[in-house]
Amino acid sequence: MTAESTAKTPVPVAPGSEPSPPPQLHVAPGPHLSSTSSTTRRMMLDVLVGLVPVMAAAVTVFRWHAVLQISICVASCLVAESLFAFWRDRRPPLSDLSTAVTGAILGLSLPWSAPWYVGVVASFVAIGVGKAVFGGLGQNIFNPAMVGRAFVMISFASVMGATAHVRSDADLVVLTQATPLTAAKEATGSDLPGLWVMFLGNVNGSLGETSVLACLLGGLYLCWRRAASWEIPASMIIGAALVAGIANLLNPETPLTVLHHLVGGSLVFGAFYIATDPVTSPLTRRGKICFGAGAGVLVIVIRLFSNYPEGVVFAILLMNAMVPLVNRWMIPKPFGGPIAEH
Amino acid sequence: MSRPGSFGGGVHPPERKSLAESLLIEVIPTPKLVSVPLLQHLGVPCEALVKNRDEVELGQVIGSSDAPVTAPVHSSVGGTVAKPSVATLPNGRHVASIPIKASPKQSLEGQALYEDHFGGPWPTSGLDEYTPEDITQAVREAGLVGMGGAAFPTWVKLGRNPDRPVDTLLINGCECEPYLAADNRLMIEAAGPVITGALLAAQSAGADRIIVGIEDNKPDAIASMQVAADGTGIEIRSVRTKYPQGAEKQLVLATLGRVVPGGGLPLDVGVVVINVGTAAAVARAVLRGKPLTHRIITVSGDGIVEPKNLLVPVGTSYRDVIASAGGLKSNAARVIAGGPMMGFTLGDFGVPVTKGTSGVTVLTDENLRSVAETACVRCGRCLDVCPMDLVPTKIALAARYGYWDLARRYHAGACMECGCCAYDCPAQIPLVQLIRLGKTQLAAA
Repeated sequence: MTAESTAKTPVPVAPGSEPSPPPQLHVAPGPHLSSTSSTTRRMMLDVLVGLVPVMAAAVTVFRWHAVLQISICVASCLVAESLFAFWRDRRPPLSDLSTAVTGAILGLSLPWSAPWYVGVVASFVAIGVGKAVFGGLGQNIFNPAMVGRAFVMISFASVMGATAHVRSDADLVVLTQATPLTAAKEATGSDLPGLWVMFLGNVNGSLGETSVLACLLGGLYLCWRRAASWEIPASMIIGAALVAGIANLLNPETPLTVLHHLVGGSLVFGAFYIATDPVTSPLTRRGKICFGAGAGVLVIVIRLFSNYPEGVVFAILLMNAMVPLVNRWMIPKPFGGPIAEH
Repeated sequence: MSRPGSFGGGVHPPERKSLAESLLIEVIPTPKLVSVPLLQHLGVPCEALVKNRDEVELGQVIGSSDAPVTAPVHSSVGGTVAKPSVATLPNGRHVASIPIKASPKQSLEGQALYEDHFGGPWPTSGLDEYTPEDITQAVREAGLVGMGGAAFPTWVKLGRNPDRPVDTLLINGCECEPYLAADNRLMIEAAGPVITGALLAAQSAGADRIIVGIEDNKPDAIASMQVAADGTGIEIRSVRTKYPQGAEKQLVLATLGRVVPGGGLPLDVGVVVINVGTAAAVARAVLRGKPLTHRIITVSGDGIVEPKNLLVPVGTSYRDVIASAGGLKSNAARVIAGGPMMGFTLGDFGVPVTKGTSGVTVLTDENLRSVAETACVRCGRCLDVCPMDLVPTKIALAARYGYWDLARRYHAGACMECGCCAYDCPAQIPLVQLIRLGKTQLAAA
């Protein structure tokens, strides 16, 4: 739609200067300036930088398992994106880094013990069903990483289930323990690690969720860089805390207090990195707050009332489904009010 | 989301004022030919009062109309009228215009012309002898229109309406577009007529209070205006530099805290806003009976050889203006009538300067971003910066795919096309162009 036509116009050139080439002028619509630091690729790069603390924590706790899992997912996502692009006779849009981001988040949401084919299948489903089918970057309704994750969660339930995280013959001690939420679910409350340990991350779980500290560090960086809107993690964590608090009040003997809910599982990881995906979250501030709050509430509800120990994947997917409606209901009033219809 | 002294949204493009802000206003050498358009204002075009081969003097009225919203046009040089023709305005519109060949000897040129425009005395007292009717009559006959760009006939704006009382006159000295310095120089070199004009305009409109809003990146102008306003009761208010602070709804909010209703005018909240250049022209028209024939424009940008602030006769071609500023450098890429945020690119330098022209900005390839458009990722930055609290991405993409009703539901008509959204968009989507498409389709429907 942008019209740019080049024309050599005879124009007055500075007198007394040697005949320099006449300027090549073109026409185009305004505005004629734009912010140089603002590109999609830069935003995705910021997300990758924000993931560095989380990946570092994952590698610290899970060692080479983490490296392998994340690499498999990132590589598979890039391959999937390229294949789907060739299928549609397009050039693979890898340079905007969004595929790498999806791969990294997907890898971080998998357990260390998932076999290589789980990562590959999850990546292909994430890119194919979660993104390509909708038309590529910016067109999807559901978070692609969560689509892939949910698919393998259900299809490979035994290798992805809660008990799969634990292997008595694992090479690292932490991998022989149950994840905090699983331990609580199976009502062996005495096995819950301390809150501080859960905050720092030396516990079992999926790769990215264990260190809440790392998630906070990277997440706050994302908010500062405006690659993520702070309203979403804030409302998600507060929403979760409220429901967990009410549940705790109603059931004071539960080993899972509000703080356990906040530092256990992938709530903080999901709040800062997954729920904040701009494509699948609302546009307006009010919409973002509703979205985050709804996700936070659903996370706790799924944790408490379903068979799953963790609810982040489905909470986010369910709220993603609500986003078009939220956008429609929350059209902001223009400054000064709407123009009166005649 | 209002803040005292500012407004919600907005962006901070590089100001680049240093290229022209300290350059004294120069009078352009009288061009050989001017082409005075018969429509230089919002409203009905004038009808020509002169014909081919008529001799006209500087300031002689050459076009007028009896319509309710219009302003007469005057000759900006002394000379001979040529055959009426058609001029193209920077926005692409074709209007009838009167070409005038300037005679070799002009009654006012160079420094004399400068003095005629800005030389004193500019009294700030004893103005009560002019009744509101005297003032609006003089303003009408002088052909004054808003010189901030919108070019609304000033006599209509200053007329009293008992159903819509005015309590405050706001003088707009913000000049928020990058590169432009015309208003800045006027306030520094000739604050006198601006103050006198403000007093007269307030008297006409019935305003008790006068506030001048100036962005804080113009400290010299603020100081100069404070000196000139001393003892008159006019408040000189510094506002935070942010684009588009000079938009009148945003200025009313920043200085008075009042919200102009959507689709309405500042008049709806008891305010009249005029540009500093218009105020100076009011003083000249009322006290000396001089019509609007010249205006200050800033020729600036990285692609012009010698940036200047020029006093230019209306109807001068852009070709002559650019030549007076040394011409284009070889790396010039885009020549814009106005500022770089809302100005129109010129494809033809025969276009004449009009009463609403504020400047010529010449940008080079380094200034321009030639990045390919990518997909909207719904990041929401366009919402964050929109001064009108709209959702630019929704309106633009709805317009692109022809969903006019969706564009209307997202209040496309409230957009003022300031360009903040497109400025900040990471995907480089041509948001303003698409929204403009949506607005025109909705208006035509």
